[in-house]
Amino acid sequence: MIELENVSKSFTLHNQGSAVIPVMERVNLQVSAGECVGLVGASGAGKSTLMRLIYGNYLAASGRVMVGDLDVAQAEPRQIIALRRETLGYVSQFLRVVPRVAALDVVAEPLLAVGTPQNKARDKAASLLAELNIPERLWSLSPTTFSGGEQQRVNIARGFAYDYPALLLDEPTASLDAKNRATVLRLIEGAKARGAAIIGIFHDEAARDQVCDSFIDVSAFSPKVAA
Amino acid sequence: MGAQVKEQDMTPLLQVNALTKMYGPRIGCKDVSFDLYPGEVMGIVGESGSGKSTLLNAMAGHHAPDQGEVVFDTRVDGPVDTLKMSEPERRMLGRTDWAFVHQHARDGLRMSVSAGGNIGERLMAVGGRHYGEIRTQAADWLGRVEISDSRIDDRPSAFSGGMQQRLQIARNLVTGPRLVFMDEPTGGLDVSVQARLLDLLRSLVREMGLSAIIVTHDLAVVRLLADRLMVMKDGHVVESGLTDQVLDDPQHAYTQLLVSSVLQV
Repeated sequence: MIELENVSKSFTLHNQGSAVIPVMERVNLQVSAGECVGLVGASGAGKSTLMRLIYGNYLAASGRVMVGDLDVAQAEPRQIIALRRETLGYVSQFLRVVPRVAALDVVAEPLLAVGTPQNKARDKAASLLAELNIPERLWSLSPTTFSGGEQQRVNIARGFAYDYPALLLDEPTASLDAKNRATVLRLIEGAKARGAAIIGIFHDEAARDQVCDSFIDVSAFSPKVAA
Repeated sequence: MGAQVKEQDMTPLLQVNALTKMYGPRIGCKDVSFDLYPGEVMGIVGESGSGKSTLLNAMAGHHAPDQGEVVFDTRVDGPVDTLKMSEPERRMLGRTDWAFVHQHARDGLRMSVSAGGNIGERLMAVGGRHYGEIRTQAADWLGRVEISDSRIDDRPSAFSGGMQQRLQIARNLVTGPRLVFMDEPTGGLDVSVQARLLDLLRSLVREMGLSAIIVTHDLAVVRLLADRLMVMKDGHVVESGLTDQVLDDPQHAYTQLLVSSVLQV
């Protein structure tokens, strides 16, 4: 489902003497349907960078980034938009929302985007928020006013509202208590069971071992500095 | 992946080819080309004087470009170069399938006509004649842009800036256009009003399946509203792509400067 071939990434800082900073090279990885691959490596090794390359936030310098049958590295913006709507979900570490939109609508939005009727989308959103222990009195409020942990759970609910065939999870269990952490792990296992291909970053080792089928050490992709 | 194949077969709603507008020897905008597909929202950013408003006005037919094509997929005849249309044809397009939201609501409203009249006028321009129906629709649209219908007979000069802007949007969208041009729609409004307007624009875009081209200098606005982004400098497009890619991983020196200059709140 997700396949990276010989991907490299560098940043060129034009306003700092055009310094070119290579950050990754020769990235090869493959994730099949129903499989969860954990990215490991020290902070700064490029785990999140790799995720952003797959999601299309970052432009790959070379190589192929295949999600389904689309090469994200070469795709037109509208193809990536369609991919993100129908195929590839991403739970980032931070929730970015339009101010004033109710939490329930934030969670229902990915379903509405694929044409799910309003009442069905809201029902699904409500059951996810309940499962993640967001008190019902908060559902009609904008998540911008929520605590960090609550925002994180809204973000997770949103990521799991629609059944994406492929999912990227950046620290989904960070800052969660034991009960919510168990719920999130159950959601991940459910997604695997229905055949989703998942790439995750987990600092929580127990969580990582519970859901991941294999691991990839991202530091292997660090460019070798010519000494 | 059926849906993606379908999208690739779609005809662009708007095709802009090598559009150039000169002010004497000076460049307004030069050689701008892009395709906009149905339902897409594109942002155009750049500093003052970068040519973004010139480009918007040239596309919308407000001033004649020196070169290029602006091909719109019309309902009846399919793709037509709007620059070659006759003046009445273009005016008709401007009242039906196209809408233009000005930065200053005063430029897009008739200040001496009531709020209801401002909305009704556009309906009458496309053949609405039944007073009761026009008034009902006007009241409905006032509600959609969150203006109390008790204000239907008030003139926009009695409205706040944010209300005027929402009224302008209602007036523009009442005829169900397919393409909306917006010039700094949230410019000059305070942040709480901006947030409300952004929320409103986003839901209208989704519910009505609108395509839109939004000129702004506010990167936060495009991040929330636009699928795609075009960055302009000195009349040229220096970078374009998916909005979050351009903002998170800018490739051009100018875009990097622009993105790194934003104050963090």
